[in-house]
Amino acid sequence: MMMCKEATRLMSLKQDRRLTFQERLSLRFHLSMCGACRQCDRQFSLLHRSGERFEAGPDEGAVDDHRDAADPGAERRD
Amino acid sequence: MTNEKRSEGDGAVADSPTRMERLVAVRPRLLSFARLHLRNNALAEDAVQEAMMAAIEKDASFAGRSGYETWVFGILKYKILDVMRYQKRQGRLQPLDDESDDDAIDRQFQQNGRWQDDARPEHWGNPDKVFENEYFWQVFDACMITLPDNIARVFSLRELMGLSTEEICRELDIKENNCWVILHRARLRLRACLQQGWLKEETA
Repeated sequence: MMMCKEATRLMSLKQDRRLTFQERLSLRFHLSMCGACRQCDRQFSLLHRSGERFEAGPDEGAVDDHRDAADPGAERRD
Repeated sequence: MTNEKRSEGDGAVADSPTRMERLVAVRPRLLSFARLHLRNNALAEDAVQEAMMAAIEKDASFAGRSGYETWVFGILKYKILDVMRYQKRQGRLQPLDDESDDDAIDRQFQQNGRWQDDARPEHWGNPDKVFENEYFWQVFDACMITLPDNIARVFSLRELMGLSTEEICRELDIKENNCWVILHRARLRLRACLQQGWLKEETA
């Protein structure tokens, strides 16, 4: 059975690429039983948003999409 | 300089700030972004200076499809990548070969792969609230500084600059697998550091 350390590897990986079906399944199974890892998963997701805090402008709220033309990360996966 | 051409098509009211005013207002954020990535004040200042000049020169090409600040940040990101490429050509980037340096990670886990008691991830509060909290980001910046250069660079390229791991591999000449390993380490180190600095302070 997958342990927490390995689970964090998948939590990290899922921020960077789509997990395989098998990976998703094992991660979901582990998270369903492990509260600490569920917190870790949320923490990684928050870290993943760390770039967003810089870019919001005064009326950015009204703008549909956050990332656009001149942004080299426009195709960034979520 | 065509900042009086502001707000074409978006129906902005007369007293909304001009693009030039917005550019000046966003400068501190551009600077902290560049500092976080380049880890060098002088280089960061230069990159921001160049990005701001480019934003003024190219003002007419701002299409208004994204927010103005996002557009300016896009320009800054290109400048930062240029600086990094230059550093790389000069051989001034610390290489990414330390596969064995895992101590900071190993300390968070027991032999059997479970969390150490003192490293167990705790609840940080409502993510949106945390995201809005200025102090959290001060701790974040401080934690970023504690990361080794090479790990911080990959994290920053991914999470601050928004590059895909494939693009990062191309920029740094590393294997994608290596990139994922480094990102995993960076995230574990950052979360541990943030938990220390953020939660301990919150509950004090």
